[in-house]
Amino acid sequence: MIEKTLKGKPAYWIWLAILGSLIAIGWACYFRQYAYGLGLTGMSRDVSWGLYISQFTFLVGVAAGGLMLVLPYYIHNYKVFGRITILGEFLAIAALVMCLMFIMADLGQPLRGLNVLFFPTPHSMLFWDMCVLWGYLLLNLLCGWVILTAERKQVPPPKWIYFFVYLSLPFAVSIHTVTAMLYCGLPGRHFWLSAIIAPRFLASAFAAGPSLILIACAVMKKFANFDVGEEAVKKLTTIIMYAVIINTFFFLLEFFVGYYSEVPGHMHALEYLFFGLEHHGEVYNNLVPFMWTATLFNFAGLGILAYMKISKMFDFRLVTVAAVLIFLALWADKGLGFVFAGFVPNPLEEVTEYVPTLNELGITIGVWATGFFLLTLLYKIALGVEHEVEE
Amino acid sequence: MDNKRRKFLKMAGATVLAGISAPALVKLSSTSAVASGEGGHEAPAASPGNAGGHGEEQPSGVRLGMVIDMRNFYQDQGLLDKAIAACVKAHNVPQIPDPKSEIKWIWKTGFGNLFPEHSQKLRSEKIKNSQFPALCNHCDNPSCVKACPTKATFVVEKNGIVAMDFHRCIGCRFCMAACPYGARSFNWQDPRPFIKEYNADFPTRMRGVVEKCNFCGERLALGLEPACVEACKGTGAIVFGDLNDSHSEIRKVLDQEFTIQRKPSAGTMPSVFYIV
Repeated sequence: MIEKTLKGKPAYWIWLAILGSLIAIGWACYFRQYAYGLGLTGMSRDVSWGLYISQFTFLVGVAAGGLMLVLPYYIHNYKVFGRITILGEFLAIAALVMCLMFIMADLGQPLRGLNVLFFPTPHSMLFWDMCVLWGYLLLNLLCGWVILTAERKQVPPPKWIYFFVYLSLPFAVSIHTVTAMLYCGLPGRHFWLSAIIAPRFLASAFAAGPSLILIACAVMKKFANFDVGEEAVKKLTTIIMYAVIINTFFFLLEFFVGYYSEVPGHMHALEYLFFGLEHHGEVYNNLVPFMWTATLFNFAGLGILAYMKISKMFDFRLVTVAAVLIFLALWADKGLGFVFAGFVPNPLEEVTEYVPTLNELGITIGVWATGFFLLTLLYKIALGVEHEVEE
Repeated sequence: MDNKRRKFLKMAGATVLAGISAPALVKLSSTSAVASGEGGHEAPAASPGNAGGHGEEQPSGVRLGMVIDMRNFYQDQGLLDKAIAACVKAHNVPQIPDPKSEIKWIWKTGFGNLFPEHSQKLRSEKIKNSQFPALCNHCDNPSCVKACPTKATFVVEKNGIVAMDFHRCIGCRFCMAACPYGARSFNWQDPRPFIKEYNADFPTRMRGVVEKCNFCGERLALGLEPACVEACKGTGAIVFGDLNDSHSEIRKVLDQEFTIQRKPSAGTMPSVFYIV
């Protein structure tokens, strides 16, 4: 099936060329970092994780979000999702590859990465995260490939694959739960030390993943003659709306706990994110514009989707706009604010702000470009098979 | 006949598989038992009198600890500089000017930074204007050890020191996020050009690994005191010894004086005590 990636319109090749050059920039930046050390990033003794780990955290969510397509189809036998289930599985593959690349980019001694396997340490959540991430990646590769091959041969998929399909469902939940446990099990980091982190991660994942799939569907409708169908889109927007509302609700609960109890440790990070944290006469507010933009986008996206439901109208372009707004809002929430604010203030109640460097941004963009490159190839294969079957 | 052979092969395959995986399972379960043991969960229930802020005591073995008597440091703030300089020299600690990349084993900080959970209201001038030493607490239940995915940081069983294997550390910095005391530093670049006075008796580090105070494990092995303790010799500013030995000097000090620990609410049970 890989041969499907070798034929395409000029737009396809231009898109791949753009991504390819971004990937090249990413590698060039990475070689610089590899030669000098992580000092080329904006991270510091106080903010010891930066963009790499925050992107990793967000993308684990995108990978888990594929569950919202797989689950209705396989468990509830919701046939409308038949054409896009494979998109969810392939998105998970691309997102997980990005996750693993971000982890490697973040290691101080990347060549020692295999030490996690040589010295397995069950009391470290990172060990379990590695297990579930690799497990979910392999499951999606297996299920996606076997089911697509069966579709191409126009035979029903072999029975044994359903065991792995059903196994992948709890795995999807586990990848984001364990990723949340990296954070919420640490004493002394008040912002992360909250039992609602895992549920909140899942809620935002179930909105971010489907949003990205909707955006991909819009692109493929324009460039690849692929129509996902109105009913599937409407169902996806319903899922996204519920997930966004639940995520917003969970976040507001964090606000209540912090500001009603007035326990300083519970307020500091929220204050830093939304209002700026005053410390020794200086105000630290790097993330404030991002967070308020995210809030605006969050409610605007939700508003557009709600308006379409209430007025019973449907416009795929408007849906795409809402999906973009929601995706960006959730990215700012989890891919920026959540990780960075956890380090403010530091354990000695000092404030250090984090600003990524250009080199770091180059690597980050390079990894994202790699993910989209892979996603493009995978979706090209999936669509190629569908078109072939239709002919 | 064929059927029997098929059955036999299946059985044989299953047996071999079980044989291969059993040691792995045993290994996994045994490491977790050891780990929770060093984490302190397995410690027998403490007697009611011992359940206070100073934490439960291990029934046996050595647990090294430190009492920092601030009364000596209030009088002579230069003493702290001497202790820090001794540590820097003993461990080839690089002196990096950029605070973002600093490497700190023992360093100076304010009371409010050291004890943020204590009220900072209406503190005496003496406390407000004095610098306090901060260092790794060598906790009885260290969250950094729990977080480390490669056991590159671990509790030395014979003395309770939280040690580091610089050659195993992959530089994931999970331990830095996990430490509630900010005791860990990461080598954001090659530290060697920043070493002022090279000491051939202690290894230098490479970039990409985490480091911190090691309670001078290498000096203890030679029968010496920790460098900071030695630098304060004669003043009694830092008392070092076995917290599990009821006849040790440190226990006598702890019996007589009111001491506090950093962030007891984190549940890590620090081995460093302060007389403020």
